[in-house]
Amino acid sequence: MSIEVTNLSFSYGEQQVLDDINFTAQDSQLLSVLGPNGVGKTTLFRCILGLLTGYEGQILLDGIDIRGLGIEEMAKLIAYIPQSHYPSFNYSVFDMVLMGTSVQVSAISSPGIKQKKLAEAALKRLGIYHLKNRGFTRISGGERQLVLLARALAQDARILVLDEPTSNLDFGNQVRVLTEIKSLAKEGYTIIQSTHNPDQAFLFSDRVLAMKNGKVLAWGTPAEVYTEDLIYKLYGVKVEMESLYHDKARVCVPKCIVEEEHVYRVCS
Amino acid sequence: MEQSKENNLILIGLGVLLLITIIISFQLGRYPIPTKEVLGILLSKIYPIEQFWTGRVEMVLINIRLPRIILACLVGCALSAAGAAYQGVFQNPMAAPDILGASAGAAFGAAFAILNYGSSYMITVSAFFFSLLTVCLVYLISKRVKGKSILGLILSGIMVGSLFSAGTSFIKLVADPTDQLPAITYWLMGSLAGAKMADIKFAIVPMAIGLVPLLLIRWRLNVLTLGDDEARTMGVNANQIRVIVIICATLTTAASVSVSGMIGWVGLVIPHLARKLVGNNYNHLMPASILFGAVFLLLVDNISRNLLTTEIPLGILTAFVGAPFFIYLITREVDAF
Repeated sequence: MSIEVTNLSFSYGEQQVLDDINFTAQDSQLLSVLGPNGVGKTTLFRCILGLLTGYEGQILLDGIDIRGLGIEEMAKLIAYIPQSHYPSFNYSVFDMVLMGTSVQVSAISSPGIKQKKLAEAALKRLGIYHLKNRGFTRISGGERQLVLLARALAQDARILVLDEPTSNLDFGNQVRVLTEIKSLAKEGYTIIQSTHNPDQAFLFSDRVLAMKNGKVLAWGTPAEVYTEDLIYKLYGVKVEMESLYHDKARVCVPKCIVEEEHVYRVCS
Repeated sequence: MEQSKENNLILIGLGVLLLITIIISFQLGRYPIPTKEVLGILLSKIYPIEQFWTGRVEMVLINIRLPRIILACLVGCALSAAGAAYQGVFQNPMAAPDILGASAGAAFGAAFAILNYGSSYMITVSAFFFSLLTVCLVYLISKRVKGKSILGLILSGIMVGSLFSAGTSFIKLVADPTDQLPAITYWLMGSLAGAKMADIKFAIVPMAIGLVPLLLIRWRLNVLTLGDDEARTMGVNANQIRVIVIICATLTTAASVSVSGMIGWVGLVIPHLARKLVGNNYNHLMPASILFGAVFLLLVDNISRNLLTTEIPLGILTAFVGAPFFIYLITREVDAF
């Protein structure tokens, strides 16, 4: 499924948070949204998910304006994977994943055999079936993130929106979670994620959207977009970038960190 | 064993426990009745059998103990279900049936009726009416609160509740200290003494109207505990479900408080006990809370009418039993998985 965002603007009162955002994402594409904290990534996601309505511009899912879609119709097209969190009550991993199927059953019934099969398939697909009966708050952060991803798969929507899926994870779990996300994209899902790690965005994404002050700073393939200049404009830090494995990966490190009278600073 | 199968067994066990408790409750009292006679009298109502008991025994059992036992079960069910439901929609384990001021409103209504009318029917009607009125007020005020809707509801509940509590205190101040004031005080402590079939007839309809939808939409309650945004993106209209749950839980709370007076703790403690037994999934939690609530209130009511020669008000006992038990619960090792 494609998602097409045209001239999207949003403001909270006087304060403009999103200013003329344009981008598209197609089937089998992983789009990473980069940008400093408070740049409007969350607001952008909330608009796309139909949680915020007072925006200008247009958001189309396979050509259909989401303004005309109800809550249930939206949930069948697009699923949200929040940052891994602790809910107020501890549910088993299986129940947590099963909740994703709620939209498939009426308000007065519970998920049935078909939904349970979907939930089991989602757990198996992500290799966490053995966690089925564990408590959601008793597993590791990386496992929780995979459970939330499984919940979105059980929901059976073709567009996945992930809010910083790798924040708060250790290096190994970051790579594992991103690899799963990447392979889901290859299977045909349309995936939009926000991230704070530009190297990983380059390594895993098919498209990169860089945002600054609510505007699009750059939009395109990682190879076009990911440059030393972009990182400086985005984060205000000068970096040196190295290309590895014939440009399959690019890494950037802060250009220099100097010590002046026992104070360390990044030179600019 | 599969977790849900285990929970089904626990639910069946709770049902059996409730039946046993009911039969024991029929036997206990100043006038002990043997099991055989209890079963005989009850059976004779649906199946003709030869009478081997005295008319006096049947009178005590049918006219005095039966209404009281039914009412204890109903109030226990209603308060526990309302508590469990509120905990879900407010995503807060500390929520109880009086979170939106239903009890404070009922207390004011009862005190007001005792001051002005005095008939027990008017007390019940007035308590029920003011209970609903309070929650409506809370809801309307919370709509005007800026920011998070849940916080708005809870804050409005506290404020409007304390307003009505002040009203109750004022009525106590002006009430006749020889008869009205003790009546108000006694009502506020909660009791099922003098339970009549009329009370059951009054309470059962709003309780049923509230309990049935709560049982039907219980899966949606699970989704709601994850927060409004997550629920919405999973296709569940959080606001809509929350309004339905508030209406239902308020109806059941108002109905039970209006016939029993203030009985605290049940709505907070029982759902937590049920959580320890069957976990947090409302599919099992809601029925478990309902069954457990009935058992608990029946047991406490038995203590209330049998421990001393005079009745001990239920509200006092539920606190005496509930509070230490709750402390035990929260200090020991938490859930199984």
